[in-house]
Amino acid sequence: MAAAEISRDEQAFLEYVQGGGQVETTDWLPDDYRAKLVKFIEMHGNSELMGVLPEREWILRAPTLQRKLALTAKVQDEVGHAQLIYRVVEDLGKPREQCLADLISGTSKFHNVFHYPTKTWGDVGVIAWLVDAAAIISQKALLKCSYAPYARIMKKICWEESFHILHGRDVILAMVTGTPAQFELVQEALDRWWGPLMQFHGNPIPADEDPMFTWRIKSQGNEEARQQFLDGYVPQILELGLTVPDPKLRKREDGVWEYTEPDWAELKSVVTGHGPRTADRLAFRARYLEQEQWVRDALAA
Amino acid sequence: MIWEIFRRDRAGQPFEHAGSIEAPDAEFADAWAREQYGRRGESIALWLVPRDAVHVVSDWADEFDLKYRRVDGYSIKARLKEARERASVKSG
Repeated sequence: MAAAEISRDEQAFLEYVQGGGQVETTDWLPDDYRAKLVKFIEMHGNSELMGVLPEREWILRAPTLQRKLALTAKVQDEVGHAQLIYRVVEDLGKPREQCLADLISGTSKFHNVFHYPTKTWGDVGVIAWLVDAAAIISQKALLKCSYAPYARIMKKICWEESFHILHGRDVILAMVTGTPAQFELVQEALDRWWGPLMQFHGNPIPADEDPMFTWRIKSQGNEEARQQFLDGYVPQILELGLTVPDPKLRKREDGVWEYTEPDWAELKSVVTGHGPRTADRLAFRARYLEQEQWVRDALAA
Repeated sequence: MIWEIFRRDRAGQPFEHAGSIEAPDAEFADAWAREQYGRRGESIALWLVPRDAVHVVSDWADEFDLKYRRVDGYSIKARLKEARERASVKSG
């Protein structure tokens, strides 16, 4: 049968995507939908690109050659994700140069977890294991995104993230089975990262008040994602003898996790450019963008 | 220049669209696509197609009733019932 043509009517479009329908670049898209897509996907691209910087700091200091290679491979994966994602944004009408300019000027955002320092090798393990675990929960939900070109590249991204989680777990397991000092390094990193991890999926705004859900860019609400993270990973943390730094954390009989209210003021401040490492990392990105201009010029010539 | 990338997972599987890359020529596109879509051995082959070379067909005229070409063009339920009834009357 012929593919049903999507009518140029916002209400009909909304019903179509809410019924599980997917659209392509060449379809008619309501202006608001296109704007929301660009904002969401661009932030994802920014996060992949900025997300390599905390780990990059540890490539030269990695404890073994194997770890150094694995970390380099992870960085390559994340930059590759950024390239694919910015391509999707370009097809929606915003050039990559503009995305990068907006990132550096602070006009667009990137995920909260990439604004923090990586103080020890313990941080590298916690990031690769738990930050990537939190991210893969969001990204798996994007496999059903109403915008099909984005959903398609998410398959590759999720597949690669699963390596990262395993690499992170391996780093953590090496440390928790090592000396007491190594164990302590993991616990100390977890203590610092728990707050940002709990903020990661955003405030518990009901799904039907979230415009990204309304347009079915996301297929689940923020709290649903956080609950899934807790359900999957708290048992894995505890079984290693680590402590989750939240005395209120518990799973109720109905299966819902209770926890101390995350610091939403901190989340807001961090993602609007006031994180402990925001300025340094943006300056680093700006410097490299300028320094490597000749490479882009040479390739385009 | 935009290149659409199609990848084949395993022998016998169809090529599936996997994303696109921007590269000034085929040589660059080749190097980049290998890196993006093959560095873990996840593809046995890739097709790199310049986006401009893709001839798209997506408008389907339907001015004739072509139902007879499709399974939903045939409703046999009622006639089958009747045929079975007649058959049972004859044999009974």
